[in-house]
Order: sequence, then C-alpha cells, then structure tokens
Amino acid sequence: MKTWRAFSPARFWAMIYKEFIQMRRDRMTFGLMIGVPLIQLILFGFAINSDPKHLPAAVLMADNGPQARTLLHAISNSAYFDVVRQLKTEEEGHAVLARGEVQFVINIPRNFSRDLLRGDRPAVLVEADATDPGATGNALGALPVIFNNALQNDLKGPLAFLSGTAGPIDLRVHALYNPEAITQYNIVPALMGVVLTMTMVAITALAITRERESGTMENLLSMPTRPIEVMVGKIIPYILVGYIQMSLVLAAAYAIFHVPIVGSLPLLFTVSLVFIAANLAVGITFSTVAQNQRQAMQMPVFFFLPSILLSGFMFPFRGMPLWCQWIGETLPLTHFLRIVRGILLKGNGLAEVTAELWQIALFAAVALLIAVKRYRQTLD
Amino acid sequence: MDEQLAIDVRGMTKRFGGLLAVNHVDLSVRAGEVCGVLGPNGSGKTTFIRMLCGLLRADGGSGQCLGHDVIRESEAIKRQVGYMTQRFSFWEDLTIAENLDFVARMYALENRRRAVTESLERLGLAGRRNQLAGQLSGGWKQRLALAACLIHHPRLLLLDEPTAGVDPKARRDFWEEIHHLAGEGLTFLIATHYMDEAERCHRLAFISGGNLLARGTSAEVVEQAHLTTWSVSGPDLPELGEQLRRLPAVRQAASFGATLHVSGDDPRALEQAIAPFRQPPHQWRLIEPGLEDVFIHLMERPAAPPPPA
Repeated sequence: MKTWRAFSPARFWAMIYKEFIQMRRDRMTFGLMIGVPLIQLILFGFAINSDPKHLPAAVLMADNGPQARTLLHAISNSAYFDVVRQLKTEEEGHAVLARGEVQFVINIPRNFSRDLLRGDRPAVLVEADATDPGATGNALGALPVIFNNALQNDLKGPLAFLSGTAGPIDLRVHALYNPEAITQYNIVPALMGVVLTMTMVAITALAITRERESGTMENLLSMPTRPIEVMVGKIIPYILVGYIQMSLVLAAAYAIFHVPIVGSLPLLFTVSLVFIAANLAVGITFSTVAQNQRQAMQMPVFFFLPSILLSGFMFPFRGMPLWCQWIGETLPLTHFLRIVRGILLKGNGLAEVTAELWQIALFAAVALLIAVKRYRQTLD
Repeated sequence: MDEQLAIDVRGMTKRFGGLLAVNHVDLSVRAGEVCGVLGPNGSGKTTFIRMLCGLLRADGGSGQCLGHDVIRESEAIKRQVGYMTQRFSFWEDLTIAENLDFVARMYALENRRRAVTESLERLGLAGRRNQLAGQLSGGWKQRLALAACLIHHPRLLLLDEPTAGVDPKARRDFWEEIHHLAGEGLTFLIATHYMDEAERCHRLAFISGGNLLARGTSAEVVEQAHLTTWSVSGPDLPELGEQLRRLPAVRQAASFGATLHVSGDDPRALEQAIAPFRQPPHQWRLIEPGLEDVFIHLMERPAAPPPPA
C-alpha cells in the first residue's frame, strides 16, 4: 500500500504560527535578535576607527626659539596629536607613558632653533607607547610631513637649502614597549581579560540559575545553610577556574607568542582577583534575573559584546568617539586590559596599576550590591 | 504549650502580591502522627509547608513547631525538620552516596561516613551507591530523597506530594516505611491528592483556595461533610450525570469506574430529586460516601466558611 503524505499548508502554517507565539513570549531571545544587531550596528558603525586621531601627546620643550614654537604649534594643530601636557623632565615623560596618560612624548632639544638654522639637522625624539601598534602607526607616519610643512615658511629664500633631501630635522622615533610593532604583544595578554569576562559571567549566571531551575536551590535553603555560604561556596571554584584560564593564556603568550613579561606576575595574579570578582558579581546579577538556563546563557552576550568592542581590545580605545570612550571607561575589561598590558609590556608596578584598579573595584562593589539585593528577593 | 504536639500553629497566612495563598490556617499535629494535607493543585499546600520549615516568611500567624517559635526560630526548626520537595531536588550529576554525603555535611553531622552508610543500608540503596542520581527511576529517586531527608535524624518530616510519578508497588513500600518511622516517634506532614494515601494517614487537613475546610480523622472528615451518596450503575451514565447535575438537590454526580456517585446535602430533597430516574435499566443503591466523594464535594463547594474549631 502506498502511503502518500502530501505537504499540508495547514500543518505548515500551524508550525509557523506556533513559532511566532513562542518567539513573542520569549522576550530574551527576541531582545537578543533585535538588540544584538543594533548594538553591533552602532558600535561597529561608530566606534571602529582604524585611523585614530587626536591622540594625547606630551611635549618636552628644551628650546624656546621661534622655530621650536612653530613646530609645537604644528603638532598641536595637526589632527593626529593633541598636546595635553608640557613636561619638565624626561622622567616625567616616562611616567605619563607608563600610566597611559599620553600616547606620545615629543622631545624638542635644547638649541633646536639655532641648530636648525645652522643646518645641523637637530634630532627630535618622539617616544610612542606602541603597546597597540594600530593606535600609533598612522600618527607616526604623519610626523615627517607635519614637521616639514611647519617649517616651510621659515625655510625660504637663503634657507631653502635646509629643507633638502634629508629634511631639516633628524626625526627619531622610539616605539616603546613593543618596538617591533608586533600585534600579538597587544592582543594575546588582552585575551586573558576577554576569556575571563566571557566565562566568569556566563558560568556563574548559569551555575546559579541551574540550581534554581532544577529545584535544588529550594532543597539547599531548606537545610540549615546561610545564603552567603551557598553563594560564596558556589563562586570560589569558579575563581579557581579563572586563575587556571589566566595561567593558560599566560603560558601560551610566553611560550608560543613570545610576549615579553616585563612586570611582576604575582602582582598581576593578585589584582586579577578584583577583576574576577567584578565579573562574578555581574554573573550573579544575571542569574537573579534569568528565568531559566537558556536565558542565563543569553544575557551575558549583552555584557560581553560592549566589553569586547569598547574596551580597547578590538579597536584602539582612543580611536573611538568620546561617548564610546565614556561607556568603555565604566567597563571592568577596559581597565583590566590597561593593567595587563601595563604589567606585562611596560613593567608597571602597584602605583600605576592602582589608578585603574580602583575603577574595577568600584564596578565590582556596585554590581555586588545589586546582586545581593536582587538575590535576597528571589528567596521569598 | 502541649509537649505532645509536634506542630501547633494558628492563623498562618501568606500573600503573594494580591493573591491570598494561605488564609488563616490553624493546624496541630501530635508527635508520632501521620497527618495528611489534602487539597487540589494550587490550594496552598506547598506554601503552607514551606512556611513551617522557614523557606517562606509568613505574613501572619503564630505558634510552635517542635517547640520552636514558627516565625522567629526557623533556623532551629530547619535543623530538626526534613523537607522533601515536590519535585526531585537532589543533584542529578552526583551519585547517591555523594548526594547523601553532601547533605550530611550540610547538617554538620558527626560521624558523617557512618551516617551515610547507615542511611544507604536502611533504605536499600547500598547496592546503587555509585549510581548517578539522574539515572535512577522515579521510585529510586524518591527513596534517595527520603534517605537524604532522614540522614540528620529529624523529628518532623514534611513531604510535599512524595509519591508523584512513583509506581504502585514503590508507593506501598514507601508508605510502609513511613508508618514504620512514625511508630518510632517521627511526625509526618504529607501533602497529597491520592485518596488511598489520604486514608493511610492518621488525620487529615483539607485545604482549598488557601482555606482550611475540614480536619480530623478520615471518618470524621467524611462525617462532617454530611453527605448522602447514591451509587448508580447501568448504561449511558455520562448522559444521566448531565441530567442529574441540573437538579438543585444534586450537589455532584461523579463517575467512579462503572458507577456514578450522586451526592447531596439534604437526604430527603436528594431522594425526591432522583425519584424520576430510579427505574430500569439503572440500579440505584444508597452507599456510605467515601473520602473521594467528600474531597470532590469540598473542592466544588464555592467559598465555604471555615469549619468550627
């Protein structure tokens, strides 16, 4: 007997209809479908700028002659550099670079104007924070043009010979921290922060939601336990997992990518605890909102996506519009990336790290406050 | 305060937003007694039990549970109570022994290993100690849950529909175990909606819509209902039931297998009302109403006043 089952438009339609009902009921998935493309559109559309401009620079002026001042003006007026600071000593220059306050330190030497007019080709030293080669490359490339154009008015008539083939100035660039401009030096240490953000938030959200969804949380609470024991007891193992992840990335960074480790590893591991805590707090907060494990998996995307796009991991932080930078400054990953790159590549110590660390701590405190408040509500 | 009462609470009340889940429920259970809490789904049984063991904060009410204040001393109560949730709520990715060991640690038991071994043996779980809880059948899961609830030697067990999804044989074994334990002095409060299980309880409390509607022994509950019940057998019973339900004197007409149970409050009015139907091919017989008749009666009674204490 031949059983021919024809395609039924009615059944087909029933299936479509049911799917739409479920889609509408499941706000989280719907939000994900609409929200994620929007976030991506806005962030990728506005935030990505592979040619960052208005990079902060500090200038050490040892000469006060007219040509030196012309040069300073030209640098300030260029789109690539914002001169935010005048320095008095070289040490000061190194400090602001280490803290990441400026991207460049430009040294205009003593007797610059005199030497220039004499045709001695005075050396101008530009020190760049090259941890992220993408952020500095174009600006450094533009420097010779900026210099030559600036001095063109002065070097006219009898002085015209000075702007000859080699140029009037001996421009020397020191790409600090990453002299060979190896992108991996920038990306691989940062991955540590990205991996921690991704797993710490998602796993805690999932672990706690699972306990609630399967009814075991109710069982736990009917036993003589305190919520704090349950919470902290659940989280500690994941902190350990976080450290294992960090160690793995570090080992790979060192052995495979030959990333220099200039600073102190114990310091890095210690301050990471604050960062891990911040992410766990976000995870707990999500777990109190999520209705089920699927939602607990979806929610971290809303945290992870801005983190990865606005922290300076994917694109140079200073290349983003200001409002993106403001959002970025609130995210723990942004500060953690600066800490990791600072310790590993620049050899930063506790003093430089603290400037970023307190902002992660503040985030963690606020997130934890929300988490605890919401967690209490779920009990009753 | 009566030393013999394991539970003695009055006016227990819980609101969820605008919903009154439990409305001034009084209950006392003697030590060593098996007390059944009956009621339809969503009647407030689970909420009431959760208030007793401190999982939910009561909005009103007072009294004692195992000699501790039921509102203020929930921590002390938790230590002496075993609570078995409606759904299996142990860790499915842990083995039986690991689950029991975890619970033993939670209660900070001395001689933890021995407590776990004893518990495994008492409930016949020793042979499966290394099996994952998630792989157990319903009956074994329930046995594990019972073992875990008993491991800290509680004085009171709160069981919330413990035999849902368990086969009849396992259910009977389970009840044998309960009566055995009750004989040793353990007190039970068991929520159920199985009639045969209700009849195995020493005393019953019937809750519907958050209100306590009846309490006492099974016989007392049946008697309090003042129900007259006729049993009808014959052909086309569903159709007959339809017709009978339209009569004001007939409070309910419910199918029981091959018979129809027709009940009413007023024996005389009921007899008059059914008179036209008492003819062949149907056979009518006056019977003692069963617990199930009373159960359905109480459930369908709209907005009943609370019974006299």
